[in-house]
Amino acid sequence: MRYISNTAADKESMLKEIGVDSIEALFEDIPKEVYCDKLNLPKAMSEIELIKKMKEIAQKNETVDKYTCFLGAGAYDHFIPVTIDQLILRQEFYTAYTPYQPEISQGTLQSIFEYQTMICELTGMDVANASMYDGTNSLVEAAILACSVTKRSEVLVAKSVHPESRQVLKTYARFKKIKVTEVDYLDGQLDISDLEAKINSDTAALLIQSPNFFGIIEDIAAVEKLVHDNKSLLIVSTDPISLAVLKSPGELGADIAVGEGQPLGNPLSYGGPYLGFFATKEKYMRRVPGRIIGQTVDQQGRRGFVLTLQTREQHIRREKATSNICSNQGLIALTAAMYMTFMGKEGLREVAEQSLMKAHYAYEKLIETGKFKPLFDKPFYKEFALESTEPVDNLNEKLLKANILGGYQLGRDYPELEKGWLVAVTEKRTKEEIDRLVREAVK
Amino acid sequence: MSEVNLIFETSRPGRKAYSLPECDVPQKPIGELIDSSYLREKAPELPEVSELDAVRHYTKLSLRNHGVDSGFYPLGSCTMKYNPKVNEAVARLDGFINCHPYQPESMVQGNLEVMYTLDRLLSEISGMDQVSLQPAAGAHGELAGLMIIKAYHENRGEGNRDKIIVPDSAHGTNPASAAVAGFEVIEVKSDDRGCVDLEHLKEVMNEEVAGLMLTNPNTLGLFETEIVEIAKIVHDKGGLLYYDGANMNAIMGIARPGDMGFDVIHFNLHKTFSTPHGGGGPGSGPVGVKESLIPFLPVPVVCKKDDTYYLDFDRPLSIGRIKSFYGNFNVTIKALAYIFTMGEEGLKKVSESAVLNANYIAQKLKDVYLLPYDKICMHECVLSGYRQKANGVSTLDIAKRLLDFGYHPPTVYFPLIVSEALMIEPTECESKETLDEFINTMRTIAEEAESNPDIVKTAPHNTVVSRLDEALAARKPVLKWKKE
Repeated sequence: MRYISNTAADKESMLKEIGVDSIEALFEDIPKEVYCDKLNLPKAMSEIELIKKMKEIAQKNETVDKYTCFLGAGAYDHFIPVTIDQLILRQEFYTAYTPYQPEISQGTLQSIFEYQTMICELTGMDVANASMYDGTNSLVEAAILACSVTKRSEVLVAKSVHPESRQVLKTYARFKKIKVTEVDYLDGQLDISDLEAKINSDTAALLIQSPNFFGIIEDIAAVEKLVHDNKSLLIVSTDPISLAVLKSPGELGADIAVGEGQPLGNPLSYGGPYLGFFATKEKYMRRVPGRIIGQTVDQQGRRGFVLTLQTREQHIRREKATSNICSNQGLIALTAAMYMTFMGKEGLREVAEQSLMKAHYAYEKLIETGKFKPLFDKPFYKEFALESTEPVDNLNEKLLKANILGGYQLGRDYPELEKGWLVAVTEKRTKEEIDRLVREAVK
Repeated sequence: MSEVNLIFETSRPGRKAYSLPECDVPQKPIGELIDSSYLREKAPELPEVSELDAVRHYTKLSLRNHGVDSGFYPLGSCTMKYNPKVNEAVARLDGFINCHPYQPESMVQGNLEVMYTLDRLLSEISGMDQVSLQPAAGAHGELAGLMIIKAYHENRGEGNRDKIIVPDSAHGTNPASAAVAGFEVIEVKSDDRGCVDLEHLKEVMNEEVAGLMLTNPNTLGLFETEIVEIAKIVHDKGGLLYYDGANMNAIMGIARPGDMGFDVIHFNLHKTFSTPHGGGGPGSGPVGVKESLIPFLPVPVVCKKDDTYYLDFDRPLSIGRIKSFYGNFNVTIKALAYIFTMGEEGLKKVSESAVLNANYIAQKLKDVYLLPYDKICMHECVLSGYRQKANGVSTLDIAKRLLDFGYHPPTVYFPLIVSEALMIEPTECESKETLDEFINTMRTIAEEAESNPDIVKTAPHNTVVSRLDEALAARKPVLKWKKE
C-alpha cells in the first residue's frame, strides 16, 4: 500500500502507546448495527494496471486532436503554451490548500493578486475576486449580489445569454425566491423595446452577455442608461480574450463584469474544471462573494499578501455570509494568470484579432456557397450563427465523417432557430482547415 | 529573503513569451468588420516579459509556498493527504483533456464511463443509491443537497418546511449553504461529550424542519455514537438527514452514512479521494442520495442502457442545472484513479491508519496541551492552547511558531465550541517518524511557551515574510497593482 507509510510493527507500537490492543478498538464508538461488512469494489490495481485501465477508457473518446474543432458555444479550442502545465505541476502550487497561513503561502497569494489585477485590467473594473466555479456561477452570484444591494427581487436576463447559464440562474432563483424574466432578442441582439416593457421598480439587474451566445456583440451602450435610470445594476458576462479588442464592461458602465475564464489557457477537458471571473466597482467591494487577496506589509515593512475582507465569508459570517463558496478554482485562476503573462499584452491582442479575422473569413466563405444564409445581421467576434438549408443534424454528421467537429445546433435551445448553426473559429484554425470545412459542408 | 517583483514590475515594452503562426487568412482593418464604437481604444496593460522571465517569476513564487510534498500538513478538516502523481498523469491523457463538452455522446463514451463508474463506486462506499458529479466543490454539493431536500418536501406538499438544523460545531459552509438554499438556520447545541445534544434536538425538531445537517465524525473528530437515535428523531418528524462528507476519511469500509440513516451526502473528492487542493481549488463535491430522492438530482444524470452511456436531461422533478456542463470533470478522473488504486482493502486501511495516526498524536500531546474531549477520536483530534494562554501565548502564536520548524499548522480556532482550538488531522499517509518529529516540535513549543514565550509570540522567524498586517489589509484594501 504505497500511499500509507506505517508497517504492521509501527501500528503495533502506536496502538500500545494509545493503550488499546487493536485497530478495531479505535472504532468502538461506532454502533455495531451500522458496521459495514464488505464494500463491493474492484480489486486494488498496481500502477501498471491502473495506467492500462485509464488508457483503455480514454481511448473510447474522440478528441479535438483528431477532429478539427469549429464547435464553441461557451468552450473554445484556443492555443495553450506548453510551459503553463509544466509550471502548474510544481507541487508547491497544486498540492497546497487555500492560503490560510500567509507566511508560507506567498506564492499562491501573490500570483492570485496578479490574477485579480489582470482581470480588473481586462474588464475595466476596480475589484476582482480570486475566482468562482465557472462563468455561469459568477453570473448567478452577481444576480444575488444585485438583489441584495438593491433590495429588489427580480432579475432580467437577455435570452441571448448562454442557455445553460439561464438554466442555472433559474435553479438558484427558485430557492432564493428571485423572479427571473427573460428579455427577448431581436436580430440576435437584446430587444430594447422588450427591455423597456419589462424593466420595473422591482428589477434588481439586467444580465447581458457580450459577445452573446450567438457570437454577437451586444449594444450595451444603448441599454446602460435605461438600466441605471431604473436604479438597477448592469451585469455583463463576457469572453475575456475578446476584451483585448472590444470595449470593456467597465468602459460601458457595467456594475459587475463576469465571465467564463476557460479560454485563458485551460484545455476543453469535457467542460471542467474551468473558472468564473468576477469583477466589480469599488462600492460593492465588501459585498463580493468568495476569496479576495489584498496587499499589506509584514513587521519589517516588506510587501506581502493576505486573504482579506474575510468578514464577508462563510467561515466567519456563517448563514449571513455573502455566499456559501469556500473552495474556488484557485489553480485554474493561476493557469489563467500564467496564460495572460505568457501571451502578454501583444499576444492576447493577436489571439483576439486572429480569431476575429478567421471567423469573418469562414463566415464569408460559407455564405458564398449559397447553402447558408446569415441568421442575424449584427457585428460578431469569433463565433457566428448561420441558417443552414441542410438539417443541422445531417450537416454535422457528414462533417464528423470528414473529421470535422461542426458548429452548435441552435435548435437545441431555441426551437425557433431550428435551422441555426453556430460556428466558432479560434486563432488555432488555419486557412486550409477553414477551406476544408467549407468544401465538406457543401458536399 | 527579499520581495519578489510583481510580474507588472518585471514587464518591459516589446518583450514576448509566446509565438503564434502568421495569420493566413486575408486581413482587414478591424474597423471594417466591427464598428469602432464597439472597439477598445487603450489595450489592457498585461505583462510584457520573455519566456524565461515568466518561468523564473512563477518558479520564484512557487518557492514561497508550502505544499503537501514540502512537508507535513496536518490542517484539520481539510484532509491534506498525498496527491498521487500517477493520477495527474492519467487525468492528462489526450482522450480526457481534449474533448469538447458538446461533442456527441457517441464520441465521449470514455468520459461518460468515468462519470458513471465513479457514481457507482461512491454510491457503494457511502451506502447511497445514486451520486451526481455536478457540484464543483463541497459547499456547492451542500447547496445541491439542500435544494434536493427542499424539492423533495415541496413535491410531497410540505413546502412549508423552511428550517434546517445545524450543530454549533458545524463547518461554516453548512449554515451559509442553507441560507443560499432559502432555509432558516436553527442551531442545535453540543452536549458535554461533544456530540449532538439529543434533548435539545428533540426540542427543535418539528414539522417545520426540512432536515438536519451533520458531519460524522463531527468537527471535534468524534463519532456521533447516537446516530441511529438522531436519525430516528429527525425521520419521525418527517425530516431528512444530510451528511457533510468532509470527514469521510475516517470511516471508509468501516461504516456507511447510508446505513446510519443519512438520506443525502456530499463528498469532497479533494479531501477523501486524494485530488489536489490546488491552492484553493478546483475541488469536486459530488452529491449522493437515497432512492426516493433520485428524481430530484441535478441534470444531466449519466445513465447506461445496454452498453451505451448517455446524458439524461428528461427529469421533470430535478432541481435543474446547478453548473455549466458536467461538474469539474477532470478532477473526478483523479478520484476514480485513486479508488481503482486502493480497492476495498486499501480504502479500509486508509481510514484505519488515519484514525490510528490521529489518536497517536492526541495521546502523545495531551499531557502538555489540553484535550477538551479526552476519549478515542477518529481521523482528527482537537487540542486546545488554553494552558499556554496563561503565559500569554495564543493558539495563533503556536501555529506561527510551527512555521519555523517547517510545518503547516493545524486548523486553528475551529470548531468554534473549543476555545484556542488546534484541530490536527495527520491523514493516513504520514509515517510514525513524521508524527514523532511533529509531536516533539509541539512539545518544544509548549516548553518555549513557559521558558521563552517571546520567541513564540514573535514567530515566525524563518519564513520569507514575518506576520502580516491583516488589519491594515482590510482597513485600506489594496486589491490590485496600480502603476506608480
